[in-house]
Amino acid sequence: MSDGYPQAPSVGLPGRVSIQAPGNPHDEQSSAHPHHPKLQHHFDDMGQQAEASTLGMWVFLVTEIMFFGGLFLAYLVYRTQNPMAFQEASAHLSWKLGAFNTAVLIFSSLTMALAVRSAQTSESRGTQVFWLVTTMILGATFLGVKVIEYSEKFAHNNVPGPNFVWDGQYPAGAEIFYSLYFCMTGLHALHMVIGLGIMTVIAIMAWRRQFNTEYFTPVEITGLYWHFVDIVWIFLFPLLYLIGRHYGGH
Amino acid sequence: MDTLNYINNGHGLASWLLTKDHKRIALLYLVSITFFFFLGGLFAFMIRLELLTPAGDVLTAENYNKMFTMHGVVMVFFFLIPSIPAVLGNFLIPIMIGAKDLAFPRLNLISWYIYVLGGIFTLVAALSGGVDTGWTFYTPYSTAAANSHVITAALGVFITGFSSILTGLNFIVTIHRMRAPGLTWFRLPLFVWAHYATSLVMILGTPVIAITVLLVAAERVLHMGIFDPALGGDPVLFQHLFWFYSHPAVYIMILPAMGVISEIVQAFARKNVFGYSFIAFSSLAIAIIGFLVWGHHIFVAGQSVYAGMLFSIISYIVAVPSAIKVFNWTATIYRGSISLDSPMLYAFGFLGLFTIGGLTGLFLAAMGLDIHMHDTYFVVAHFHYIMVGGAIMGYLGGLHYWWPKITGKLYSEPAAKLAAGLVFIGFNLTFFPQFLVGYLGMPRRYHMYPPEFQVFNVMSTLGATILSVGYLLPMFYFVHSIFRGKPSPADPWGAKGLEWEVPSPPPTENFAVTPIVTHGTHQYAPSKEVGVV
Amino acid sequence: MFTNFPFFPQQASAQAGQVDAIYFFMVAVTAFFSILIAGLVVYFAFKYRRRHRDEIGHAIHGSLALELLWTVIPFFITMVMFVWGAKVFFDMYRPPAGAMEIHVVGKQWMWKVQHMDGRREINELHVPVGRPVKLIMGSEDVLHSYYIPDFRVKADVIPGRYNVLWFTATRPGNYHLFCAEYCGTKHSGMIGTVTAMEPADFQAWLSGGRADESPVAAGEKLFADLTCNTCHLTDTQGRGPMLTNLFGKQVELQGGGTVTVDEAYIRESIVLPQAKVVAGFQPLMPTFQGLVTEEQLLQLIAYVRSLSQQGEAPGAAPQSPTMPQSSSRPVVEKK
Repeated sequence: MSDGYPQAPSVGLPGRVSIQAPGNPHDEQSSAHPHHPKLQHHFDDMGQQAEASTLGMWVFLVTEIMFFGGLFLAYLVYRTQNPMAFQEASAHLSWKLGAFNTAVLIFSSLTMALAVRSAQTSESRGTQVFWLVTTMILGATFLGVKVIEYSEKFAHNNVPGPNFVWDGQYPAGAEIFYSLYFCMTGLHALHMVIGLGIMTVIAIMAWRRQFNTEYFTPVEITGLYWHFVDIVWIFLFPLLYLIGRHYGGH
Repeated sequence: MDTLNYINNGHGLASWLLTKDHKRIALLYLVSITFFFFLGGLFAFMIRLELLTPAGDVLTAENYNKMFTMHGVVMVFFFLIPSIPAVLGNFLIPIMIGAKDLAFPRLNLISWYIYVLGGIFTLVAALSGGVDTGWTFYTPYSTAAANSHVITAALGVFITGFSSILTGLNFIVTIHRMRAPGLTWFRLPLFVWAHYATSLVMILGTPVIAITVLLVAAERVLHMGIFDPALGGDPVLFQHLFWFYSHPAVYIMILPAMGVISEIVQAFARKNVFGYSFIAFSSLAIAIIGFLVWGHHIFVAGQSVYAGMLFSIISYIVAVPSAIKVFNWTATIYRGSISLDSPMLYAFGFLGLFTIGGLTGLFLAAMGLDIHMHDTYFVVAHFHYIMVGGAIMGYLGGLHYWWPKITGKLYSEPAAKLAAGLVFIGFNLTFFPQFLVGYLGMPRRYHMYPPEFQVFNVMSTLGATILSVGYLLPMFYFVHSIFRGKPSPADPWGAKGLEWEVPSPPPTENFAVTPIVTHGTHQYAPSKEVGVV
Repeated sequence: MFTNFPFFPQQASAQAGQVDAIYFFMVAVTAFFSILIAGLVVYFAFKYRRRHRDEIGHAIHGSLALELLWTVIPFFITMVMFVWGAKVFFDMYRPPAGAMEIHVVGKQWMWKVQHMDGRREINELHVPVGRPVKLIMGSEDVLHSYYIPDFRVKADVIPGRYNVLWFTATRPGNYHLFCAEYCGTKHSGMIGTVTAMEPADFQAWLSGGRADESPVAAGEKLFADLTCNTCHLTDTQGRGPMLTNLFGKQVELQGGGTVTVDEAYIRESIVLPQAKVVAGFQPLMPTFQGLVTEEQLLQLIAYVRSLSQQGEAPGAAPQSPTMPQSSSRPVVEKK
């Protein structure tokens, strides 16, 4: 390369692209308007920044679907292999607590949507924080109920592992069911906890009056995440609590 | 001389470790990936040394098993998967599309830290005694039988997977939202198309391996019965979940290399690529169809014959877009102005080796033939032709092609040509005999083997020695160029593309003003078909 | 036998020729395209080498005709490969009726073999030439894979299910036996020798050694020792299903669905008796997991099969079409 090509060849197109001088019409938004304080340097404008963040969250949720997808596949396979055991094991879960939690989560999706709306329409920080905190309380309620359900399973040694005890007819299949139950609901609960953590930050930001019509992307993408976590539960609830309850139910 | 660029804009360790500049992060990846490449290479060399004699004199069986496991884990998860995307993709995608940075610079830095954390777990697993499950972590051996540091290594893979997911996410959003005005999808460099397809595989496949590895850990620690038949689980379900990711993972390795080759072939033939849209769409086709072929890894595990036929036919269909690419690259150099600089030598090496690697894949997709070849050295040779002959040739070619851009320095071209030649010869000598010994029936992962296979193994080890010299040489002339190399002009090759418009090395913000693109980025001559605005 | 440095494996089974025929076809295709591409690249690189520094290539953007050509031709070639490969697979998948059955159990790190007359071997397998041999294989611990390169046959051996491998040896001699699926420290020591013998020599070999009880006889004895016979009576009055003439039939399950009574289902019924209970029976049977070894399971299965085989050729067990090579998990069909 010592004898390389110091310049581009003189034949051919003069330039591959035209890098235009400053002040060209496409650059005006950065010079004509003052920078929004939340605009990061590598974005051209707030619209591009918001679109990037939202698309980023959607793509992330796609990865989450694949993440839970592996568990759903395992559930499908083992349910097909052990239909009776899954019915029996499922009957030992309290569908009432599950249904209560479903209602709680659906309601929390509503309050989350209202939180996004209140930021989007530049409502007072009190309103924004109220909806966020309400959502957090509902989320915490869900987790509290989950703790009750888990501790009941621990008390009866229905937790898979060497000490698993099952007094029904299908101990082996029930153990697989509860392995999947704890993996799926545990992972879901972990997502809830992460969601509560994010919402704490968002609520503090809202209290500091950072969100308004021009800038509310963080609230919006937190909302997307929270709705996703709710939807996962909407699938988990019937699969784990409801299917096959007619058989040997309590 | 001392114009401000991304390298001299900020000094001190903190300015590198806390940087959000995609170019600096690319260099962080370059350093860490190079470390893992030579670590994985060291394991490989121990394997080859051991296989010099049939009796297994150098290592104990246990240590040998750990060597090939660590070789696979390190090379696949810590070198091949991140190599081109995290180094070259990170550095070049924003510049190629006329952006100042990736969409999420902080996330980009976090991805690197996640990668390093995963790497530390793997190193800890290696140093504290190693893992002997094979990089495939097949159950129930990995969950019930293996008496080694499976969890640590599995967590390393799990963690580094998130680095891959976040990098893919960053690329997708960047390519969608950060393109310069006028840079339409069909003006994008093919390197960017290839990375878009790669990112799709990263975000769709990686979460599945993450949850699978997590379940393996849960089964091993908590004795949950998921995959172990003694606990009511199904070991073949693990294989399905594992290959659902790990087959597409091969495309994570090879698609970016294909993108690099598209760029190099155009630059050193001084010619726009032949059949642009066919190459672009074949990347997407490979990424999508590649998700439907995983079952060809388990033809002999007793899956239903009809499922096997489906996987076999789809495996053949996914071969077609790869063939299309090879023919288009060959057609591109027809009536070009061809210069055999070192990147072009790597590209030609890639073409030959990838062709052989791809065609031998057809052997393995033939169900009747795969019964005999499955888990033999034929498979080992095949996937090394793809991963080493394909992906690493692409990576090295790209590194040579863009090195003057990345560092602003010119390296010694004669030394680079020598290295390219050594790699090509050493590679073929290492892996071609493995096709023969594989068809003879030598199973993979064998510590000892019958003596009649020895002659092939001696050839392989000899080749591996040459290959390692070929891999070490660039270390010297690259490092030398940093200190003693001549400064590179913005466009040392006379190549086209936005990255050659900016100075070498580029300034921190890449472009002082956002460029406006008026025609395809790789046009060397005026053309009737592609209008110039 | 194992001298010199061969470049090609022997063809020692009826299947080997078929497999090698595809192989040679593939080698020819690979050689043709590799030489074509390499030749074109070298030729173009020389013919169109850069003559002066500022030269550029011609602007050729593509050709739809060429693209179609090199899409369609590879597609058809690969379809030929697919059909050919699938056909050979099918042929190699279905054991012929009347194949000689042998039980194989893999464990870390040995192959335990039992012939139907009771003769046992470890890491060896003696078979007659000219007669189809069907191996019914299970694993005691982890995954293994039974591989005889000179026969071009291989099948994974998976704990919890039975896979089947069959071949017809054609040339007397000793052949390598390998474990092809990584199974732990001494994986490369899990090897042995397959000896193909003339039928007369094989008979002599069989009668030469000390034979144990046949698996069927051993299974019958186990059946009594484990008191299976207190519930599974020879009439329909027992607490468990009558096993006579049951093998190969479809039975209705409690809770819906049916299952074919094959090796996998019997095995599951012994180790996980509650998983699929036949309709009309109570789930009373205790599990025998841990109480019987893999070999004993195979003996029990052989015994249950023998109850259905009066007048039938041994080894004529119906093969479920979805599971030719392996009888993996029973297929539960929804009503």
